[in-house]
Amino acid sequence: MNVRYFPGCTLKTKAKDLDAYARRSAEALGVTLDEPKDWQCCGGMFTSANDEVATKLSSVRLLKDAAASEQPLVTVCSACHNVVKQTNHAMQTDAAFADRVNRYLGDDAYHGEATVYHYLELLRDVVGYGAIKEKVVNPLKGKKIACYYGCLLLRPGSVMRMDDPENPSIMEDLVRALGAEPVIFANRNECCGGYMTMESPALAQKKSEAVIRNAKANGADLIITACPLCRYNLNKQSDDLPIVYFTELLAEALGVKEEPHE
Amino acid sequence: MNNAQLRDEVIRISGVNPSKCMGCGKCSATCPAYDEMEFHPHQFVSMIKNGDLAPLLKSDSLFRCLSCFACVERCPRGVEPAKLIEAVRLQVIREKGANHLKPESVPAMVDEDLPGQLLVTAFRKYAK
Amino acid sequence: MQRIGVFVCWCGSNIAGTVDVKAVAEALSHEPGVVFSTDYQYMCSQAGQDMIKASVAEHHLTGIVVCSCSPRMHEATFRKTATAAGLNPYMVEIANIREQCSWVHKDMPIGTEKAIILGKAAVAKVHLNAPLTPGESPVTKRALVIGGGIAGIQTALDIADAGFKVDIVEKKPTIGGKMAQLDKTFPTLDCAACILTPKMVDVAQHENVRIFSYSEVSEVKGFVGNFDVTIKKHARFVKEDLCTGCGACVDKCPMKKVPNEFNLGMDNRPAIYIPFAQAVPKVATIDPAHCNMLKNGKCGLCARVCTAGAIDYTQQDEYVQEKYGAIVVATGFNPISMDKFDEFAYNQSKDVITSLEFERLTNAAGPTAGKLLRPSDGAHPHTLVFVQCVGSRCTACAEKGKEYCSKICCMYTAKHAMLVRDKYPDVDVYVFYIDVRTPGKNFDEFYRRAVEEYGVKYIKGTVGKVVPENGVLKVQASDLLNNKQLHIDADMVVLAAAIEPDRSARPLATMLTASMDTNDFFTEAHPKLRPVESPTAGVFLSGACQGPKDIPETVSQAGAAASKVIGLLAKDKLMGNPCVASSNEAMCNGCSSCANVCPYGAITYEDKEFRMPDRTVALRRVAKVNPAVCQGCGCCTVACPSGAMDLNGFKNDQILAEVDAICK
Repeated sequence: MNVRYFPGCTLKTKAKDLDAYARRSAEALGVTLDEPKDWQCCGGMFTSANDEVATKLSSVRLLKDAAASEQPLVTVCSACHNVVKQTNHAMQTDAAFADRVNRYLGDDAYHGEATVYHYLELLRDVVGYGAIKEKVVNPLKGKKIACYYGCLLLRPGSVMRMDDPENPSIMEDLVRALGAEPVIFANRNECCGGYMTMESPALAQKKSEAVIRNAKANGADLIITACPLCRYNLNKQSDDLPIVYFTELLAEALGVKEEPHE
Repeated sequence: MNNAQLRDEVIRISGVNPSKCMGCGKCSATCPAYDEMEFHPHQFVSMIKNGDLAPLLKSDSLFRCLSCFACVERCPRGVEPAKLIEAVRLQVIREKGANHLKPESVPAMVDEDLPGQLLVTAFRKYAK
Repeated sequence: MQRIGVFVCWCGSNIAGTVDVKAVAEALSHEPGVVFSTDYQYMCSQAGQDMIKASVAEHHLTGIVVCSCSPRMHEATFRKTATAAGLNPYMVEIANIREQCSWVHKDMPIGTEKAIILGKAAVAKVHLNAPLTPGESPVTKRALVIGGGIAGIQTALDIADAGFKVDIVEKKPTIGGKMAQLDKTFPTLDCAACILTPKMVDVAQHENVRIFSYSEVSEVKGFVGNFDVTIKKHARFVKEDLCTGCGACVDKCPMKKVPNEFNLGMDNRPAIYIPFAQAVPKVATIDPAHCNMLKNGKCGLCARVCTAGAIDYTQQDEYVQEKYGAIVVATGFNPISMDKFDEFAYNQSKDVITSLEFERLTNAAGPTAGKLLRPSDGAHPHTLVFVQCVGSRCTACAEKGKEYCSKICCMYTAKHAMLVRDKYPDVDVYVFYIDVRTPGKNFDEFYRRAVEEYGVKYIKGTVGKVVPENGVLKVQASDLLNNKQLHIDADMVVLAAAIEPDRSARPLATMLTASMDTNDFFTEAHPKLRPVESPTAGVFLSGACQGPKDIPETVSQAGAAASKVIGLLAKDKLMGNPCVASSNEAMCNGCSSCANVCPYGAITYEDKEFRMPDRTVALRRVAKVNPAVCQGCGCCTVACPSGAMDLNGFKNDQILAEVDAICK
């Protein structure tokens, strides 16, 4: 099957791994990722104020393109996903906001018709964890993996609708499908410190340390995440516990981690 | 804008009704940036409800909220404190010359691994 | 032509504040047939009623329109007035100008205009009213109580003591309900078992009481005074009349790893079990989901050790039919699931428990024999954190919590905290609260004792996150009075989970055609004046099925429900409702539409001979309404395609006359 795929800026620069492994894994699973032309930055964060229009236009253009293509829109970076999904929700539910946005967008109005999936939802709901399990060539046996969600994937739960925001299982179930053992830890949905790492590195350090300490205390060998900023913050505080993108783990299990030889 | 107008504007653009707050303190119990803040999430809600915005507009607490939405998720009354904080912050940075983050100060704060996402987010939060 | 009197009530300022009552009386005086029209401050008072009676005599009235509150409030009152004045009570019509007019409008001209229109409609209807006479039906002198907790037990005992037969249907293998699981009771701290188990014995031994345990109501037909009920007795694979409750089977059963629901899964029980030592009936029950003999025919040990020969692996579910005059609902409550509140790590740590689980942990008959031990490792805890209002007063998400206050948590948490500090003074106890609600006799004094004498640390604020790490629970919380975020290393966290009606209540309400609110609590006929009656005649409410309640309140309500039942069963005959449906046989084509929609099964068909215009005789199938069963809902009159079905007191032409009057 084909889906619209929005990598976002960071996956073209500092988080190339997240993108490359996502692409190789999708191919192995029989999903073609069509990248729209001329996409723009999602905006990095969704401004919840309903009078903010300009900062949300790039996401709406992206959504409109997906709706026109009649393919679901798939994102992989947590931040992009949060912005795009929240923007789509605002277009569906806030008529006044949608009206203002549509004045910028030419003739055909958009009201949130596109379907937005995070790459994890694509795996769970479209491909299916059962099908993935069958395609695993390197089962990650014996590995204890802590799945770190952070804030953006799950919250606000009423909009993101990916999983139970306090007791998620979408990544844990993936880890099980790949043959490894998930480690449940309470700080998996607590903030890493986010963008405060610039202005208040001490705060970010404290928050990331708490995440890592809690994962370790529960016996994790590895932390996986979907967010480049989470990975950056956690990496800074982790000495021996590797922090990797979930797509890397997926590619490894599917046997497509190494670049195919020409 | 006077305090009452400012309160109404904040309530309007945030879409939040602070009167729904029952004062349980869940937002401040769950806030990861609590120790960094002069005014805490539950105070934002009650001060906005009372129209007491002047101290908030001057406070650095506006820039300490991580927008992690833990308070929004866990509030039993659906008050959404993070959206209120954001609406107040917008009142500040939308004023000319009130940007909290200046491009020239960025190089000193970054290292080579820092993802671009972070800079975009920070500018969205701190500047107009 | 009717001679109609119109009586417009002020209801103090309730109506007169928004409706110009004098203008209404004046306007209606010009309606055709109205020979007298007046207003008065309180029409329902003695003076008001006397005025109506005098007017009937003076003006030779044949019909009455009272413009007042809802007919649910005072229709019966004014019908009695009419009867006393010598009129048929069904010649009275109420125009509801309070709930449907003055209370919903703020503007006097709009309210007045609407009140006049409503009054005109009532006048138009009275023109077509005809005297009606209710029929009578006998009363079956036996009551059914659904649910065998403290509410059901108390109701049954009170009815039985008055000399009437009572059956209790309890879905669990024993009666006793939630109270049997509790340790001590507030505010006196007497032990729950010591005051409950004697009542369980009393009810079991009462000559007027039968207990159907491990049973459910599966069908209800009929109406007040004459309910036909089918009770499903689940197969317990043990003959109740033979089992002596000796427990030999329980000891010998090899399948010992079944989570024990009585201890909320905190320990295990065998596949054949007696829920607790004081169970009533004290009879074993085989859990078919876990019994090897029932699952694959391998075992049979219990049958071999049973000297009474009570084990019967071939037992089947059994259905019992019984007639009742009254039904009491006492289906109780449960704590809500904590699955959606995992910021407290309930699913991640055994040391995070609910308050009901805590009851079992401190109960001498519980899994730890009453010793306070940390569930994860059996160690003595040093710091306990209690969290109030978990899922109560929660409007953010309907899938998560409940909008209402669960009412009992403030008091039982004070009790828990006090008991811990009393037995283990070395344990630090924190209680996080939003408000402490103690409006009961000796309640606030009790809570203050917990603080002042027992040193429980009450903190205004709540817990935001619990992180289990290296054997401790890291609790992050707010302290609102000191404007601080607290970080406490706790050994156990106890969640005061909101309570909700038992899941069996909703299907039961459908069977009984009894109304419920959006939270699945049964609705009372009147929140203040008829708190223990359902709006459905003959159905009564006892205990937490009607709303959150503590034990003293439950017992009071259980007694009140019993007295209402006794009042009903003491009658030999009941006056029926004459506003029932009837079919015009000449127009009925026997299509069955009416019978298909009738919720009460009041409509049957018969083949009847009709003399045709050409003097031949034709046999036709026509509908027949049983007036004793019909509740006058009117569904059939809407469903009938030929207009044969009509409802006395609400005939189609009466309704249309009202509509015409409104639209004029």
